[in-house]
Amino acid sequence: MAVCIAVIAKENYPLYIRSTPTENELKFHYMVHTSLDVVDEKISAMGKALVDQRELYLGLLYPTEDYKVYGYVTNSKVKFVMVVDSSNTALRDNEIRSMFRKLHNSYTDVMCNPFYNPGDRIQSRAFENMVTSMMIQVC
Amino acid sequence: MEVAAGGGCGTGPPLLLSDSEQQCYSELFARCAGAASGGPGPGPPEGTRVAPGTATAAAGPVADLFRASQLPPETLHQITELCGAKRVGYFGPTQFYVALKLIAAAQSGLPVRTESIKCELPLPRFGMSKSDGEIRFGNPAELHGKKVQIPYLPTEKNSHKRMDDEDKQESQSPTMSPLASPPSSPPHYQRVSLSHGYSKLRSSTEQMHPAPYETRQPIGQPEGSSSEGPGAKPLRRQASLIRSFSVERELQDNNSNYPDEPWRITEEQREYYVNQFRSLQPDPSSFISGSVAKNFFTKSKLSIPELSYIWELSDADCDGALTLPEFCAAFHLIVARKNGYPLPEGLPPTLQPEYLQAAFPKSKWECAIFDSYSESMPANQQPCDLNRMEKTSAKDMADFPVPTQDVTTGDDKQALKSTVNEPLPKDVAEDTATSKDCYSLKARPRSRSYSSTSIEETMKRGEDPPTPPPRPQKTHSRASSLDLNKVFQPSVPAANSGLLHAPPALPPRPCPTQSEPVSEADLHPQLNRAPSQAAESSPAKKDAIHAQPPSKPIRRKFRSENQTTENQEPAAAVGGAASAAMVKPHPTVQKQSSKQKKAIQTAIRKNKEANAVLARLNSELQQQLKEVHQERIALENQLEQLRPVTVL
Repeated sequence: MAVCIAVIAKENYPLYIRSTPTENELKFHYMVHTSLDVVDEKISAMGKALVDQRELYLGLLYPTEDYKVYGYVTNSKVKFVMVVDSSNTALRDNEIRSMFRKLHNSYTDVMCNPFYNPGDRIQSRAFENMVTSMMIQVC
Repeated sequence: MEVAAGGGCGTGPPLLLSDSEQQCYSELFARCAGAASGGPGPGPPEGTRVAPGTATAAAGPVADLFRASQLPPETLHQITELCGAKRVGYFGPTQFYVALKLIAAAQSGLPVRTESIKCELPLPRFGMSKSDGEIRFGNPAELHGKKVQIPYLPTEKNSHKRMDDEDKQESQSPTMSPLASPPSSPPHYQRVSLSHGYSKLRSSTEQMHPAPYETRQPIGQPEGSSSEGPGAKPLRRQASLIRSFSVERELQDNNSNYPDEPWRITEEQREYYVNQFRSLQPDPSSFISGSVAKNFFTKSKLSIPELSYIWELSDADCDGALTLPEFCAAFHLIVARKNGYPLPEGLPPTLQPEYLQAAFPKSKWECAIFDSYSESMPANQQPCDLNRMEKTSAKDMADFPVPTQDVTTGDDKQALKSTVNEPLPKDVAEDTATSKDCYSLKARPRSRSYSSTSIEETMKRGEDPPTPPPRPQKTHSRASSLDLNKVFQPSVPAANSGLLHAPPALPPRPCPTQSEPVSEADLHPQLNRAPSQAAESSPAKKDAIHAQPPSKPIRRKFRSENQTTENQEPAAAVGGAASAAMVKPHPTVQKQSSKQKKAIQTAIRKNKEANAVLARLNSELQQQLKEVHQERIALENQLEQLRPVTVL
């Protein structure tokens, strides 16, 4: 269960960012912003020749004391960043991968909507529902 | 809590407000004041003098509010005068409250006098437009807690159209009780809105039933989403919708499906949607691309987020394209939205593509739409009103792509008018049979063509190739002899008819038979003799079937290529006999059957040749394999000898 999920466009502005409301949201925004550097680093490290073979899932970007940040890049340079609570040790890498895959599928569905202009903020209800299901359920 | 507001303006009458009135008025005042200036007037004036510097409601929103009460302008002027605003020059809280009270009085039919505000009055009713969304007017006692959704109204250019609609609506709503303020809604009044319909019905059906609202509640609980409906159309539809619902309620205390009723597509709507689909995409079994659909739905004047949400709901497979059931679902959602229904959280079951396809199978769409329509009309007693309503809504939808003709005269609108409105009145207003029939006629061959293209093509293929390909291939593989080509061409049309089945099998065979003898002549001349003779005789015979004279040159040719003179005579004899034998059947009427027989025989012969050839090949390869084996054994022996012997 993620604490914060963000979708960043190619030009590094957020298309969608949502975090659990109990925490200070600004902190998460900063974390996501700083993680973009790490994402870029990882992308460039793979080399330009391997663009096709580059794996979409980037894995753990960097850990902090309380949180871990995972990243995922699509072939159109749209980045998904997920912040997960460090205390949640039950989360396996595979689960993170499957969450990113779900995110990617929902994002594709959003793109298929002809009324969505690429570069707009994502306001799809289906997308929101999917993200809600992935976030920590805070009662 | 009572407020004596008389002291404020000095000359105004004392104002007694009930709790609900107090709440309502203060809210209104806050809105009017807040909308304009910075400081709303909080709380009721406690009978203190209202200084000019304190909160005042700006004239603009107040005027809007008053107009929204649908009172005639003279009445409003009277009210403003009475309440003292004109005198003092502004709308302070007291003036505002007095004005509201007077409006309530006027709406109740009482004369606009200062005395009238002294009695108990219902709350004034407003249909108001507000740029920041909606205003909730509540009169819990009267209105059962119903909330009014006030849509964002378009410009005032629609006034003329709305006036007509307003008239129509009044004529259409005989069931409205006189308490619903028809006198207070004169046609020349400009701002008409959805809530007006609501308020009318509310007051009228208070006496009848609270039940209709129960039906509306699960469906039509107005939400906070801002809707941009052109005021006229939703209003008219709304009134007819509400009326039909109330009538239904009265008729039958209903059954399980009523929550789905707004989401059910009737036959007529279905026809309309299908026609619209066809106008965008002539093939009903294919789909509309996203961009085409986007342009089309954008003409409905709904907001982009709403359209986006409707698309999300209706495009079930998320492929960016709409098939016919998806398109119908999307269209229906748009119609419903324009009628004022809030969009559902999920696609209703009656709008699912599987349901739509099952309920309205393709055969109905393509063939007898008109028949089904005529059948369904008498059949459906229960939703008869619904049908009527749907008809009106369908007719409204006839104007759908051009909702406000007066308003915008954009080029796209004009183009749309011309393209869409022509088929539309035809479909909806006129006899639909003609258009449906022509559609169905077009559809049938289309469907047929889809299913039968393969058959037709194979038929064609079957007819063309039969005779020419085998022989030219034969000739090319052997030598470039133009004689044969010339020779065979006249014979081809003659032989075309009878050789449907045999020929497609023929082409591959001649090549191996021709090439093989040539290549193997070096290897196994003895073996070649008999099979090649058979090969020669069969092609000779076959050729002889089609034309007598060419047999001789063919035979000569074969002979020359094979370089075996001893084959000449047998081949010649065979060919001659064949040709002689074949000449007779030619002129007879049984040409075709004989040709068929010969074709079969030649096919058999060719098969035999092929078998022989392959057998030869097999034996050769076996020999080669043996040789290779022997070589391998020899090499292995050598290797063993060379290897140091240590096998323990």
